[in-house]
Amino acid sequence: MSTEQDEPTAETTTDADEAPAQTPGDRRREEKQARMQVTERERAEAAAAADETVQLKVFRFDPEVPEKEEPRFDDFHVPYVQGMTVLDALIYARDEFDSSLTFRHSCRQAVCGSDALFINGSQRLACKTQLSALDAPVRVEPLPHQDVVKDLVVDMEHFYDQMEAVEPYMQSEEFPEGELEEQRQSPENREKIKMSTRCIWCGACMSSCNIAAGDNEYLGPAAINKAYRFAMDEREEDDIKEHRMRIMEQEHGVWRCQTQFSCTEVCPKDIPLTEHIQELKREAVKSNLKFW
Amino acid sequence: MSQSYDRGLIEDFGRWREFSAGMWAWILHKFTGWVLIGYLFMHIAVLSTAIDAASGDPATYTDTIQGLESLLVVRVLEIGLLATAVFHILNGVRLLMVDLGVGLEAQDKSFYASLVVTGGIVVASVPTFLGGGVV
Repeated sequence: MSTEQDEPTAETTTDADEAPAQTPGDRRREEKQARMQVTERERAEAAAAADETVQLKVFRFDPEVPEKEEPRFDDFHVPYVQGMTVLDALIYARDEFDSSLTFRHSCRQAVCGSDALFINGSQRLACKTQLSALDAPVRVEPLPHQDVVKDLVVDMEHFYDQMEAVEPYMQSEEFPEGELEEQRQSPENREKIKMSTRCIWCGACMSSCNIAAGDNEYLGPAAINKAYRFAMDEREEDDIKEHRMRIMEQEHGVWRCQTQFSCTEVCPKDIPLTEHIQELKREAVKSNLKFW
Repeated sequence: MSQSYDRGLIEDFGRWREFSAGMWAWILHKFTGWVLIGYLFMHIAVLSTAIDAASGDPATYTDTIQGLESLLVVRVLEIGLLATAVFHILNGVRLLMVDLGVGLEAQDKSFYASLVVTGGIVVASVPTFLGGGVV
C-alpha cells in the first residue's frame, strides 16, 4: 500500500551499514528485505490498530470438491485500513483466512482487467472499488451471465470469442512510401477513437448487458466498441471499413443494442459504449440506405 | 474444469432497486408500448361495434360512449391511458435523441425529465377527466 513512502527510510538504513564488498544484487535484496519488513510490520500494526472490520460476503463454489458443489456465501471479517479496495480485502481474506478462495487479479491498478466482479449488485473492478464507498456487508459475486468455474472465477471464453469475432487488429494493406515512413493519424481522428482504445477486456459491460444475457450470438458492447475503434480509424482503407461494417450490421451485431445504458454505467474505464454502438448503427444505416 | 455453474439471469425484478435510469426507461417504454397496442385493438373493437353501419343510426354510438363515460373506472383508466401515451411519446423523443447521438451524457436526466413532464400533464388533466357531468 505505502511501499513507496517507506523507501527513503529503508534506503538510509542500508546505506549506513553498507559493506565495501557488497554487489548491487546484494544491496537490492537487502533493500527489498528491509522494505518488506517495514510493510509487513506496518500491515500487522494496521491490522492490530484497525478497530473496525469490514464484512465481506463472498460467493463460493467448487465443483471439484463434493462438499463445495453447492454454491454458498462465506463471511470474512477483514480489518479495514484506509484506502482499502475490495481486491485488497479479498487478498487479505485469502492470505489470512482461507487459502482456497479463488479469484483473478494481476496488476491491481485497473489496467489488466482480470478482476471484474459483481460487487453489491453491480459490475465493478475490485481493485478500483474503495470499500469506504460501499454499504456493508459487501457482497462479492462472480460476473453474472457467465459460467462460474470456481468461486469468483468465471469462464471468459465466450467473451473472448466475441472479441475476436470483430477482427480486432489493423488490416490496412496500403503502406506509405519509404522504408521508415509512418502511418500517420490525424490528432482529430485519434481524439475520436481515444476512449474506445481504453478497453481492458474485463467483461463488465458484457456481463451487465441484459440483451447479451439472453442472446448468445449478440456481439456485446465490448466487441462492438472494439470494432468501432478500428472502423473509425482513418488509417484503414474504405473497403476494410466496409468489411467491418458488414460484420457489425448483421442481425446480432449493433442492432441488438436497446440502449439501456447498462454497459456505459458499469464500464470501469468510462468508455461511452452506448454512444459508440449508436454511431455504428448510424453508419450502418448510412451505408445501406440509398435514395435513387 | 470438470463442470461449471450457471447462475442464470441475475436481472430478475427482485433487483429492481438497483436498476439504473436507462434500464427503467427501457422497461417503461416496453410496458407503455404494449399497453398502447392493447388499447389500440380494444379501441378498434369498441368503435367498430358501436358504429352500426347497417342501420346508420348515430344513437348507438352516442349511447355506447355515454355509457362508458358514465363509469368512474373508465375515466380513471383514461387518465392512465394519457399517462401511458405521454410517457411513451416523451421517451420516444428521448430515444430519437439517443439514436441521433445527441446528449447521451444526459440520457438519465432526459428520462427523469420525461417522467416529470408526464406527471405534470397527467395531474393537469385530472379536472378535465373527472370533473363535469356526463359528456
